[in-house]
Amino acid sequence: MTHPILETRDLTVRFGGHVAVDAVSCTFRTGELCAIVGPNGAGKTTYFNLISGQIPASAGRVVLNGQDITRAGVSRRCDLGIGRAFQLTNLFPNLTVLENVRLVIQSKRRMGFALFSTAASHVELTNRAEEILDSVRMMPLSGYKVSELSHGNQRKLEVALLIALDPLVYMFDEPTAGMSVDEAPVVLDLIARLKAQTDRTILLVEHKMDVIRSLADRIVVLHNGALAADGAPAEVMASDVVQEAYMGKELDIA
Amino acid sequence: MLVKLLSGDSPRSPLLALILLAILIALAFAPFLFPGIRSVDTAARICIFIVLVASYDLLLGYTGIVSFAHTMFFGMGAYGVALASVHMGRGFDALAVGTLAGAALAAVFAFLIALFSLRVRAIFFAMITLAVASAVAVLVSQLSQITGGEDGLTFLIPRELTPAFRFGDELFGVRLNGKLLNYYLVFLASLALFLLLLRIVNSPFGRVLQAIRENDFRAESIGYRVVAYRTTATCISAAVAAFAGALYAVWIRYVGPDAVLSFDIMLDILLMVVIGGMGTMYGAVIGAVLLLIAQNYLQELMGLGAGAFEGVPILPELLSADRWLLWLGILFVLSVYFFPTGIVGRLRQGR
Repeated sequence: MTHPILETRDLTVRFGGHVAVDAVSCTFRTGELCAIVGPNGAGKTTYFNLISGQIPASAGRVVLNGQDITRAGVSRRCDLGIGRAFQLTNLFPNLTVLENVRLVIQSKRRMGFALFSTAASHVELTNRAEEILDSVRMMPLSGYKVSELSHGNQRKLEVALLIALDPLVYMFDEPTAGMSVDEAPVVLDLIARLKAQTDRTILLVEHKMDVIRSLADRIVVLHNGALAADGAPAEVMASDVVQEAYMGKELDIA
Repeated sequence: MLVKLLSGDSPRSPLLALILLAILIALAFAPFLFPGIRSVDTAARICIFIVLVASYDLLLGYTGIVSFAHTMFFGMGAYGVALASVHMGRGFDALAVGTLAGAALAAVFAFLIALFSLRVRAIFFAMITLAVASAVAVLVSQLSQITGGEDGLTFLIPRELTPAFRFGDELFGVRLNGKLLNYYLVFLASLALFLLLLRIVNSPFGRVLQAIRENDFRAESIGYRVVAYRTTATCISAAVAAFAGALYAVWIRYVGPDAVLSFDIMLDILLMVVIGGMGTMYGAVIGAVLLLIAQNYLQELMGLGAGAFEGVPILPELLSADRWLLWLGILFVLSVYFFPTGIVGRLRQGR
């Protein structure tokens, strides 16, 4: 049940002289929800980009399910089981909500190169997309264009796309960013349900400490691009390095 | 049945449906409704340009790729038919071989251009297509032993497609000759190609293209290999353009750099797709009809207007037939200003 699914070994990226992610070695297990925390500029999103392939690594490796994917492209990694949601909403704005989800399912079933059948004739894709939308209670919005949705609903759809993709590793980059206090729990609830219902690995970049406390099995702390702490939530939160790096508290020099 | 033929992509505007139906009927019965060499010639050109513009819309409107080589692909189909007919002698086999060879060459060129440029960024594709298209146009006009150079090539098409072939007397006052058959070859082939394109843009593949146009970054991250899709779309678009070129060559029985490779055709395609409405397919129909009719008849209309206003200051000069390009330009500016999403986009909004 808890065998390693994703591993980064000395994963490093340099932009010019600046080391954005510095030799981060970390192993993630199936069924685990791991929160990745750190102050702004700590390299959390960059670390995510290295794992999902948006930027190439300068050094080190990414291993998914025993397979080295360090050199694989973004779409290949997606095929192999990396699913990524983005910090800034990143959808297909002029397509309908249903079409957004349908495209993900179509990709998962590798039907993108079907040229001579109409998309509407593949009822099974539409049905599955509607199931997903129903499960996140967005079915009433299915006919709207994404650009017509509220920010909160766009964030929700972002999560729905990942659920439709059902990857081995779910990667959420600040899923509640920019959401109101009323809206955020809806998205967090979706992630909590996901955690309860599957044994997929979930990586979550998040700032809200209460969220992390209630959801995470484990916390990884990044600081200046390097791994600063890694362990169970209570233990990591109490550690000096987190108190200093993340909470901004000065260390008492004894 | 009809919905199936249209691949479920209905015009979604009663007025648009009416206009399209009128155009279809007019083109289907053009030789009977508008007898006369010139009007039938205009109708055939409209059919061919609908296909050419629709194939360009697959790239520009659906995939979001700007290409300046569409005339080159068009020309490859045309020269394919001409060269095959010259070397193999007149016959339907020459037409088939020439068309297929032209389309294959166009697809190969499109594949190579796409492979070299689309990997990097879509904007390079536009520049490279411009360079390759210019190079090919120069090459064609220089290699006069093969291509006939600037003079182009005149060739014979099967007798069954020429006015000399008679297969009956008259029907509703129209001579039943090979030219009529030729028109219906052009019309039916164009209709089939248009329906094929309509099917492709409404297929799962077409949806991926739209996703790529909307957000290529996200398309990649949900598992679509964007380069592969863009390349495939480019090849299909090029091959269909070559088919349109082959039909054009069969219709005018001549190819030359000015007739099938000139940059003016590229500009016309761009104007038609923008005026009609990008990313709609039906926009190609509206754009091609409007622009070709304007090009062919605006001059005369203006000549009439100039005559009518004789004696009034300035007006006759403004309406003089020589000023037709000025008016076409004004029409274009106005249509882009008032219909930024094209005529089809405007009609659909007006629901």
